[in-house]
Amino acid sequence: MPNSDIKFMDRLARALPQIVVAPSFAAILFFVYGFIAWTGYMSLTKSKMLPNYTLIGFRPYERLFQMDRWTVALENLFVFGFLFIAIAIVIGCLLAILLDQRIRAEGFIRTIYLYPMAISFIITGTAWKWIMNPSLGLEAVVRGWGWESFRFGWTNDETLAVYALVMAAVWQSAGFVMALFLSALRSVDQDIVKAASLDGASPWRIYTRIILPSMRPVFMSAVVILAHLAIKSFDLVVALTGGGPGYASTLPANFMYEMTFRRNEIGVGAASAMVMLATVAAIMVPYLYSELRSKKHV
Amino acid sequence: MKLMSKALVSAIAITAAVAAPLKADPKAEVLHYWTSGGEAKAVKALQQAFAARGGEWIDAPVAGGGGDAQAAVLRARVLAGDPPAAVQIKGPNIQDWAEAGALADLSAVASAQNWDDVLPETIQNIVKYEGNYVAVPVNVHRVDWIWANPEVLAKVGATVPTTWDEFNATADKLLAAGIIPLAHGGQPWQDATVFETVVLGVGGIEFYRKALVDLDMDALGSDTMVAVFDQMRKMRGYVDPDFPGRDWNLATAMVMRGEAAMQIMGDWAKGEFAAAGLEPGEDYICAPTPSDNGYLLNSDSFAMFNVKGDDQIEGQNLLAELILGTEFQETFNLLKGSIPARTDVSRGAFDDCAIKSMDDMVSAAEGGTLLGSMAHEIAQAGAVRGAFIDIATSHFNSDMSSQEAVEKLVAAIKLAQ
Repeated sequence: MPNSDIKFMDRLARALPQIVVAPSFAAILFFVYGFIAWTGYMSLTKSKMLPNYTLIGFRPYERLFQMDRWTVALENLFVFGFLFIAIAIVIGCLLAILLDQRIRAEGFIRTIYLYPMAISFIITGTAWKWIMNPSLGLEAVVRGWGWESFRFGWTNDETLAVYALVMAAVWQSAGFVMALFLSALRSVDQDIVKAASLDGASPWRIYTRIILPSMRPVFMSAVVILAHLAIKSFDLVVALTGGGPGYASTLPANFMYEMTFRRNEIGVGAASAMVMLATVAAIMVPYLYSELRSKKHV
Repeated sequence: MKLMSKALVSAIAITAAVAAPLKADPKAEVLHYWTSGGEAKAVKALQQAFAARGGEWIDAPVAGGGGDAQAAVLRARVLAGDPPAAVQIKGPNIQDWAEAGALADLSAVASAQNWDDVLPETIQNIVKYEGNYVAVPVNVHRVDWIWANPEVLAKVGATVPTTWDEFNATADKLLAAGIIPLAHGGQPWQDATVFETVVLGVGGIEFYRKALVDLDMDALGSDTMVAVFDQMRKMRGYVDPDFPGRDWNLATAMVMRGEAAMQIMGDWAKGEFAAAGLEPGEDYICAPTPSDNGYLLNSDSFAMFNVKGDDQIEGQNLLAELILGTEFQETFNLLKGSIPARTDVSRGAFDDCAIKSMDDMVSAAEGGTLLGSMAHEIAQAGAVRGAFIDIATSHFNSDMSSQEAVEKLVAAIKLAQ
């Protein structure tokens, strides 16, 4: 009897992790992947105000790509995504290198730069909306100082509004990128750096040839994190520009919300969501593939 | 499971019966998004009137989102087979829900209360589906108003314009005098509000009906529409450079402070003037935008959904009767700043702008010039309204030519249908 008890306990102990994880696994399977599948199905139906299960093929996608608003949103995503990722990485990297020079009060400064990350995009958006408002923001202040021709009304200019989004998003995320890079810089093998400087390599050469290349995985994680931040950006647009002027600064997530919940176009909304998913997958899949493969080799 | 819920229901029924013997109390769950200020007070008034008649009001307010959040809740409730008794929806959305077979027939109440005699036909068409009432109108907001500051206009020796040519002439004079002619907020719905008043004025009543109500492709692609966009381009020159994203009430404040001369906005703007203690006719002027006696209306209504149980159906009918009753129409609209949907409410308590609006609505209804607003979801809703707003706002906020705007408009409306 005690023997079988021990056996049971043993088996339970081995199964326990699976049992504990199972509910959340099932929930994710249903609520994430189940609804992705459902959205995919919806994107092939003629759903308008209510879900309708009659399949009509790729017609919602055809309509989607005929819509000027969608074209603008998609273009904005590429402009916004590219600039946001590139600038945030460059600034974050520079800040990390500067902070890595064993300066005084590093902890304090690091906290200052990291803090914007603790603020939600709604707050960032609202604050920058005020800063960029020509009659009460930076423009009014600088003009008050006497520089009468100064212009900073980015959110009010249809060609510049998307860059206003980039600016606010970079301000928010650069500190986070800095923290990522800083921890990576600290883990670089100091012996190699010392050896290089003994060999007479200049600091510039040490950084470009030794330190930065050794941080490649961190670059990759930064790109992936920032890329998905860019693709799911929604609140920043709502708070900062409202998608305007006109719909010049709208992003795909805003388009999806507008179609599905305001315009009774569930089919087209679902189609746009699937295109967004495909965009994320196009970035994530090669990354995961290369990461998993390189691990196998090691 | 089913047995248990049945037992639960009967238990509740017994408790209710103890409280009020004999027949079931009228009961209604009301889903609405009037959660702030005057609107919240107005709903409270309805709640009290309902309770006074022995009804049990189950309040289901959905805050925020101007109806979007509520629409999501409503969809979920209907799909789950448990719709609320009354829901605040308007315009073609009522027709969509009726087509989906979700709305109850209110013919009995309607004929008992003679709704056909007291409601203008345009409003009847909004709340009827296939000849039967399925919703109850609560109020009417007029959209095509100019709110003007008479002092500012007097500076250039002008009065409120009555034609669009006069509007342009006055605006040019104001510009020359360094005054902002038009206070405007660059949000898509506000751009569309100005757009539809221009369609009504420059195109005329018939053109508005063909283009914005019937979606006649010839009208949408016509030279008249080009002229409408030409006027919109001129209007763009009359707003100040800081207009994008501005909320409508901030634009109203510009008129109040005398920074700008006029604003084109629905009569909810009146509430801002009233809150500042200003008097219509003296401190500010309300006048219809130039048109051929046109009247663009925006009307809120409660649609009645198919509910189960006598108490709920009874509650629904009582609610419908109360909402369109003269007493509630008066109290509610005084609180909300709109005018009653029925034409026979006494005018004594209303202000001059409201009385003018009521008179104009009656004469417009007689003359066949009473039209539903496109920007405010009466003439169009959902995708088509969205397409109109997209083109109006992208033309207004860019240097797109009128011809290009018309071509884009035709394509967008075709796509949205």
